[in-house]
Amino acid sequence: MATDILMPALSPTMTEGKLARWLKAEGDTVSAGDVIAEIETDKATMEVEAVDEGILGRILIQEGVEGIPVNTPIAILVEDGEAVPDASSEQAAAAPKAETASAETTPAARAAKAPAEDKGERIFVSPLARRMAHERGIALDALTGSGPNGRILKRDVEKGPAAPKTAPKAAATPVITASEETVRRVPNSTMRKVIARRLTESKTQVPHFYVSIDIELDALLALRSKLNAAAQENSFKISVNDMMIKAVALALKKVPGVNVQFTDAETLHFENVDISMAVSIPDGLITPIIRNADRKSLRDISVEAKDLAKRARAGKLKPEEFQGGTFSVSNMGMFGVRDFAAIINPPQAGILAIASGEKRAVVRGSEIAVATVMTATLSVDHRAVDGALGAEWLNALRDIVQNPYFLVV
Amino acid sequence: MSDTFDLIVVGGGPGGYVAALRASQLGMSVALVESTHFGGVCLNWGCIPTKALLRSSEIHHLLHELGTFGLSADNISFDLSKIVGRSRSIARRMGGGIAHLLKKAKVTTFDGRAKLTGRSGEAHQVAITKDGAAVTTIKAPHVILATGARGRQLPGLETDGTLIWGAREAMTPQELPKRLLVIGSGAIGIEFASFYRNMGSEVTIAEVADRILIAEDPEISAAARKAFEKQGMTIITGAKVGPLNKSENEVSTTIESPKGKIDLTVDRVICAVGIVGNVEDLGLEGTKIQVDRTHIVTDGFCRTGEAGIYAIGDVAGAPWLAHKASHEAILCVEKIAGRSPQPLHPLNIPGCTYSRPQIASVGLSEEKAIAAGHKVKVGRFPFIANGKAVAMGETDGLVKTVFDAASGELLGAHMIGAEVTEMIQGYVIARTGELTEAELIETVFPHPTISETMHEATLAAFDGPLHI
Ligand SMILES: Cc1cc2nc3c(=O)[nH]c(=O)nc-3n(C[C@H](O)[C@H](O)[C@H](O)COP(=O)(O)OP(=O)(O)OC[C@H]3O[C@@H](n4cnc5c(N)ncnc54)[C@H](O)[C@@H]3O)c2cc1C
Repeated sequence: MATDILMPALSPTMTEGKLARWLKAEGDTVSAGDVIAEIETDKATMEVEAVDEGILGRILIQEGVEGIPVNTPIAILVEDGEAVPDASSEQAAAAPKAETASAETTPAARAAKAPAEDKGERIFVSPLARRMAHERGIALDALTGSGPNGRILKRDVEKGPAAPKTAPKAAATPVITASEETVRRVPNSTMRKVIARRLTESKTQVPHFYVSIDIELDALLALRSKLNAAAQENSFKISVNDMMIKAVALALKKVPGVNVQFTDAETLHFENVDISMAVSIPDGLITPIIRNADRKSLRDISVEAKDLAKRARAGKLKPEEFQGGTFSVSNMGMFGVRDFAAIINPPQAGILAIASGEKRAVVRGSEIAVATVMTATLSVDHRAVDGALGAEWLNALRDIVQNPYFLVV
Repeated sequence: MSDTFDLIVVGGGPGGYVAALRASQLGMSVALVESTHFGGVCLNWGCIPTKALLRSSEIHHLLHELGTFGLSADNISFDLSKIVGRSRSIARRMGGGIAHLLKKAKVTTFDGRAKLTGRSGEAHQVAITKDGAAVTTIKAPHVILATGARGRQLPGLETDGTLIWGAREAMTPQELPKRLLVIGSGAIGIEFASFYRNMGSEVTIAEVADRILIAEDPEISAAARKAFEKQGMTIITGAKVGPLNKSENEVSTTIESPKGKIDLTVDRVICAVGIVGNVEDLGLEGTKIQVDRTHIVTDGFCRTGEAGIYAIGDVAGAPWLAHKASHEAILCVEKIAGRSPQPLHPLNIPGCTYSRPQIASVGLSEEKAIAAGHKVKVGRFPFIANGKAVAMGETDGLVKTVFDAASGELLGAHMIGAEVTEMIQGYVIARTGELTEAELIETVFPHPTISETMHEATLAAFDGPLHI
């Protein structure tokens, strides 16, 4: 019997995703456990495995379709020799005899056919607008809804498609009004949309404030050289980033008031120090987590960070590897920047922006000396952390970095 | 107490008090200035007290119909002062409820008259006076004017409080006028005509237009006229009321109409000939706020020509209905709060008249739909074919639907009969959600209900009704 393959929920919070790639084609035989497709969620690409064996009879949702709600049929699995149905069992049940009814005579019959145009993506549209669009031959996804929650209404159909059909997802208000030929329109990936939504949310809802400090790195760099020289056969190679993650974790232990999360009713103080490290990946960034970083050795942190970064770039992180975390570190040291301020990654209350270490003139007593100095900027949620506490934490961090034996004992 | 707020609302009627409550919900600090009574006209001198009176009169009518239901009672009588007393106490109770809600929402209320007195920086200033004496001055970046409206006075037909009544006198009679002339047949005039007729007065309605209830579909107007005439009312359309000659306890006049001249002597006259906005002494002069025929000109989000000043409800123009005022309040405040409310679609505002029979409608009448260029499909279903209506003894009624033939859009719905004011919301939901005939036909209506006539009137426009 034909069965529907449904859009899986790959994490507890997943409500929709993008069908990134089909790894099997119509007609291919599949056995239970075969990877048949890749799904892109807001954070990662994950694999869909077949649960049953059979033949991939029909692909209902093509590659590249975004925003597919969980549990939407994406393909039909049939048994060997079985006829392949046109539609999923769900769709077949929803629109019974529409096709056979003396076609096109009643408006109701015409309306019943319209959902087939949707290509699996949920479009909010009033029944009247759906029917009018159908009658005028306008594809619903070419329209911009002006009703509540972007619902497409009669007036939107009357206004007609907003953008050429080749770029149906163009923004409602064009950012620039240059002529169409000079604009290359790149549809936003699921990840771009999530970054846009979450960071806008953070910047508009979380009252950020920023505190910067200059930290001398020479002692830390010297320690790093010694540690790496001691490593046998390149069994590990500790980076400045690894050391900074550990330093940040220790500073959070020392000044735990920054290892918090604000909610309307209460402020959560975390026992564990789980550091999210921002990793840039081709289409955006992701923040895999080093859990209990305060209790791990530099070597463990180093090995774990490398593995996480590698798998992050390949889009192969598991949800629990990037969801959670109590504090973030964003390191742009490798880009030669003097300083920058990062946006808090909600619901966390703080993020440390680490800029490049560079030789600068410093004053010691009344002498000018040369030291390797790095500017670090803390962004904090003022609802949970006040200025003095932020400053205290930065001083603790500087103390640890400038006396790096803290990192190894 | 600070004198600076996020929002000042002027007027505490269903426009103003709802605006204040919603703004408080959205986290704004709100001041509400009300000169007389919370709840405005609606709760104190409009919607609610008239519904209380009409309820008494309906029961009075039913008492005279007891035989139809196999019941009997002797010595049926009424005490007008108690009927009026009940209406007044309900109005008081509702007004008190509003004061409580405002307090709970932490709205700062001011007792006095408000007037705009210019800007101070970004803020608008509002001066408050009580009985001519200054109370205080407050300011806010946003001010909503919700000062409402009052009955229009026509030259020669001015109300005098004794023989010639406005709505207030008409809802607080000391004795029942034996003979009554109602000038104007909008919802307010018709409701008073219905109340007094049910209580036993001889009622004449004079309407200058060629039909009563001019806002309704002509077919419904005609059905209403027939029903009222059957109850014994005299209805004169195309009427020109001559000078009102007052003697000590009666008024005589001559009414000219296409059917000839009628000399009439009555005990009381009720004047219900339209509405004028309360725009006086608000400090509008010298601002960019425009006033057109006593109403403040606003856009789809209730914004006036002056940035930061808004007008909602009766003072911002027709339809003069409490639910329109409250709906504008919500969308205006949400817009101020940076949300994305939808502008109010005038054709999605239902209108109700609580006479016997009741009248309710939404959207375009058949003739207006045709005039707007629609090819229409019209459905009708009479109450006489509805089981529940027959069981209730309420067989006088009609539901009429107007659909666009091409798209199936419900262009309008028009109803007359028992309970239609409670039923019209079904069609309002259909219009707001842009449902077509397909969804209405698909909907399962409970049986037996008078609402089934709404289903049948939809079927009647398309495949044909089942029960007729
Ligand atoms: C007899 C009658 C029956 C009605 N029946 C219905 C009905 O059944 N259904 C329906 O929807 N509508 C009905 N209406 C209409 C309804 O009452 C109005 O549409 C509604 O009250 C308008 O609300 P609003 O807030 O705009 O104004 P209002 O209710 O008029 O409130 C305005 C308030 O502002 C105050 N005010 C005015 N100027 C100032 C100032 N300068 N400073 C401070 N305060 C000020 C006034 O005291 C008043 O309280 C009826 C009206 C009447 C007269």
